Amino acid sequence: MFVTAVAAIIVTMSLALLRATLGPTVFDRILALNVFGTKTVLLIAVMGFLTGRPDFLDLALLYALLNFIGVIAVLRFSKYGHFADPELGR
Amino acid sequence: MKHSLALGTTLFGVWLLWSGHYTPLLIGCGLVSCLLVVLLSRRMEILDEETAPVHLGLRPFIYYAPWLVKEIVLANIDVAWRILQPRMPIQPTIVRVKASQQGEIGRVIFANSITLTPGTVSIDMEGDIITVHALTREAAEFEESGEMDRRVTKLEVPD
Amino acid sequence: MEWFVNIVSGLCLVIGSLFAVIGGLGVLRLPDFYTRMHGAGITDTMGAGLILVGLMFQGGFSLVTVKLLMILCVLLTTSPTASHALAKSALHFGLEPRVVEKEAGS
Repeated sequence: MFVTAVAAIIVTMSLALLRATLGPTVFDRILALNVFGTKTVLLIAVMGFLTGRPDFLDLALLYALLNFIGVIAVLRFSKYGHFADPELGR
Repeated sequence: MKHSLALGTTLFGVWLLWSGHYTPLLIGCGLVSCLLVVLLSRRMEILDEETAPVHLGLRPFIYYAPWLVKEIVLANIDVAWRILQPRMPIQPTIVRVKASQQGEIGRVIFANSITLTPGTVSIDMEGDIITVHALTREAAEFEESGEMDRRVTKLEVPD
Repeated sequence: MEWFVNIVSGLCLVIGSLFAVIGGLGVLRLPDFYTRMHGAGITDTMGAGLILVGLMFQGGFSLVTVKLLMILCVLLTTSPTASHALAKSALHFGLEPRVVEKEAGS
């Protein structure tokens, strides 16, 4: 049943990637990226159980945090065009 | 003071959980770094009831979370069923909902609960009016009925 | 008892996987950006939640289960925040949501 979960997660990841390629707006791509990131966390957690190494969970948490920060950073970039303080760009 | 205590205890708990090594040296390192974080937060004056919401107590977990989980499961089944049908019977609707919570943290819980329930996403917030994008008319009517709003407001008021 | 826990956890994993794939299909099939967010919501709540609960049953009463619970809490708090930030910036960018009917006052 771990294999089922891994297969389903990979299918979902491919669907998200397809949406990221199709677009059409930049927000669709960021949304697909967010889904992809969440599924990465799940994939790492399930793979840890599949290979009998639950230490992988530490990496899963790290990816969960990185995913959130990544989405917010890309949003900031797409809003202002740079990562600096919005007041500096004026 | 009680905010510092709450933050410190939480940080140290998380440290113990994730380190997994219980030798005096590592526990000492954890204690020092947790104290440092608490001191820095106090110096930056970001330690208030927003960052350490102790005044809510355990009420969100006891009274609110079970109801929210039930609603999320029901909404999930509904939305999944609609996606699977070939014609996809959806009626995207935009409604405005009033948030009657007093504090910031109450509004955050309310807006996040709306987004967490599939079928409704909070897309904007001005003052106490939240703009909600709903996938179906039923989901929009559920938000307008204000049941979730009442339940979150009840969390804020001490008994 | 062992087989019972295995069956429950297997059921959680399989149903969670099913919801994850349905959510992925939703992200692909739904007509515009704001409706696609609801598809992403399914994978984030029911998909992730059920798969992690299924793994928790396998972990039993141990540190692994507490860690899984932490991951679930982090996912359930960050994913709506990220969704809200995404929707808000799309709205302020000027992306109009497609609606069937305008409610009074909007």
